[in-house]
Amino acid sequence: MSTESGTIEKRLGQKYRHGFVTDIDADTVPPGLSEDVIALISAKKNEPQWLLDWRLEAYRHWLTMEQPDWARLDIEPIDFQAISYFSAPKSDKDRPQSLDEVDPKLLETYDKLGVPLHERARLAGVAVDAVFDSVSVGTTFKKELARAGVIFCSFSEAVEEHPDLVRQYLGSVVPQRDNFFAALNSAVFTDGSFVFIPRGVRCPMELSTYFRINALNTGQFERTLIIAEAGSHVSYLEGCTAPMRDENQLHAAVVELVALESANIKYSTVQNWYPGDEEGKGGIYNFVTKRGMCKEADSRISWTQVETGSAITWKYPSCILRGENSVGEFYSVALTNNYQQADTGTKMIHIGKNTRSTIISKGISAGRGQNAYRGLVKVLPTAANARNFTQCDSMLIGKHCGAHTFPYIEVKNPTAKVEHEATTSRIGEDQLFYCLQRGISEEDAVSMIVDGFCKQVFRELPMEFAVEAKALLEVSLEGAVG
Amino acid sequence: MLKIKELHASVEGKEILKGLDLEVNAGEVHAIMGPNGSGKSTLGNVIAGREGYEVTRGEVAYQGKNLLELEPEERACEGVFLAFQYPVEIPGVNNTYFLRAALNAQRKHRGEEPLDSVGFLRLVRERLEVLHIGDELLHRAVNEGFSGGEKKRNEIFQMAVLEPKLAILDETDSGLDIDALKAVAEGVNQLRSPERAIILVTHYQRLLEYIKPDRVHVLSEGRIVASGGPELALKLEEQGYTWLEDGGIAELEQAAV
Repeated sequence: MSTESGTIEKRLGQKYRHGFVTDIDADTVPPGLSEDVIALISAKKNEPQWLLDWRLEAYRHWLTMEQPDWARLDIEPIDFQAISYFSAPKSDKDRPQSLDEVDPKLLETYDKLGVPLHERARLAGVAVDAVFDSVSVGTTFKKELARAGVIFCSFSEAVEEHPDLVRQYLGSVVPQRDNFFAALNSAVFTDGSFVFIPRGVRCPMELSTYFRINALNTGQFERTLIIAEAGSHVSYLEGCTAPMRDENQLHAAVVELVALESANIKYSTVQNWYPGDEEGKGGIYNFVTKRGMCKEADSRISWTQVETGSAITWKYPSCILRGENSVGEFYSVALTNNYQQADTGTKMIHIGKNTRSTIISKGISAGRGQNAYRGLVKVLPTAANARNFTQCDSMLIGKHCGAHTFPYIEVKNPTAKVEHEATTSRIGEDQLFYCLQRGISEEDAVSMIVDGFCKQVFRELPMEFAVEAKALLEVSLEGAVG
Repeated sequence: MLKIKELHASVEGKEILKGLDLEVNAGEVHAIMGPNGSGKSTLGNVIAGREGYEVTRGEVAYQGKNLLELEPEERACEGVFLAFQYPVEIPGVNNTYFLRAALNAQRKHRGEEPLDSVGFLRLVRERLEVLHIGDELLHRAVNEGFSGGEKKRNEIFQMAVLEPKLAILDETDSGLDIDALKAVAEGVNQLRSPERAIILVTHYQRLLEYIKPDRVHVLSEGRIVASGGPELALKLEEQGYTWLEDGGIAELEQAAV
């Protein structure tokens, strides 16, 4: 077995593929956080007074809060005064009116990332809103979507064009004071995506946002708000990358979903932020609050996430199942390699009658990675006949990694049924030998076994992204077993 | 085809095979019998190249090559097939997909073009028919939730598709009821061919009622202590393995002289 660890380490040394820096003139606010900086951000974005007030309220509350430490994470102290809270490519001063006006270098960046911003987007039928550092640089397919009555734009644009909608729903699922990082985001968020699907409309294409952190010492604080009116359907995907930097960079986003009667929101994430180097230097702190509200009857919210990047991932995409018969789903693949840490899971809050939730979590740990699943299933007294099924599987690759499971279950209604299954397996030496004995190479065998392990989650992703997720996992894991 | 000389092998520092000799020619079926702990499964694993099975002494020549120098997957590609005593489950990986990946890896090794899905499916159907196996195995994940009998049949099915030159069946009969045993035996018999050598590793004589071996070897404490025709298996069945320890080996050696 002596060869095993050698091969593992050799092949785990896979380099981060998106680690390039784009050399662009950026308009960056000096590091530091104060009411003045927040006012400056708000002014740069031509925001109305109510929004500035909302930000300041969040900021004042944030000052009274402490960074939580309950997660199973080892986090270097964050100096919030050393972060720049706004960075925009310079050319944004005269905001591009169409994609043709976008800085070609930026487009090249997206090209390298494989973001289908141009014709590729058209072919793939994907509308992309790309957020670069702090601002949204162009949204494709706007016209096609407008015809269906769908609004898909940057958050800043939504503030200008659809202030009533923003004002009505902003903070309605994740309040400003929700938690430390959500409060910080509420104070300083710079951009993000806004989606509105009107009553009865089935969004004609997949919506997609790509986030990229480029500038040095910049935090990224985007805010996404998706509203699905009664009977509407939408499938939304976000992808994330960042260049290689020795310093840790903070990404503290907030995502809010609102599903009205019989609406259906499917939110998928393929997260590949820079994970840091083999020694654990650098990498993104991915501290995100994602929550969906099934506000009315028969609505459904489904989270699917494939988390392969970031030095530290700390997020729990959750569902508040308020409407009767509403459904919440969480499908997750989280991979940690080298010194990556992840503490991720979900919360399913059952409030309405006959609400159902499903949680499928697949954690893969390799190298010295630490992977924790943390999930809460809460059934309130009002949630008669609530149902939850949780399946939580961990796979360990190598001998120095860890997997941890923290399920919390609170049931306050006797008619509820909650099931929890958990397994932990080491990537079978047996499985591996079985494949080798049939002539399959080690590398193919590992990706085959891991892919099989994640299948339940991958099949929830839109087709083209399932392929991407699978490829990403293969890259992140190449040679994880010897 | 296979020539094993003075083979010594250890697992976790403990010597299991202690000077094993065996020669198997193409077209032959050999049975290796022995009590638990005699080293039967170790032999199969050493030939297949499993990690953790350390050869400390001796030679294994396969088709004139030093088999011990090859990686496990290279051995497989060279036509060495091990039907596992406990076939492994690979959740989420489709059985057909797995088998096609295996076949195409082996074809690539031989410098052949990969089979496309149409060609592969044709081959698979043909083999299923020969083996009288329904196609329900095709749609499931590799061995996942299979009954004991299904797992063993799946091994035989894989063997039929991969067409190895040397097949080692490690206790393929264990845990099977009589119908499953017959089905598996029939499959093996279908695969007997002048170009193929088959080694049946078994605890019981029962299997040999359905697959007639050319040679029977008795393995005890890491060595072949007796070899003979099918009648040797009957003798063992009659007397039981304890007979070996109670002077049976001496008796056999006497008889061989």
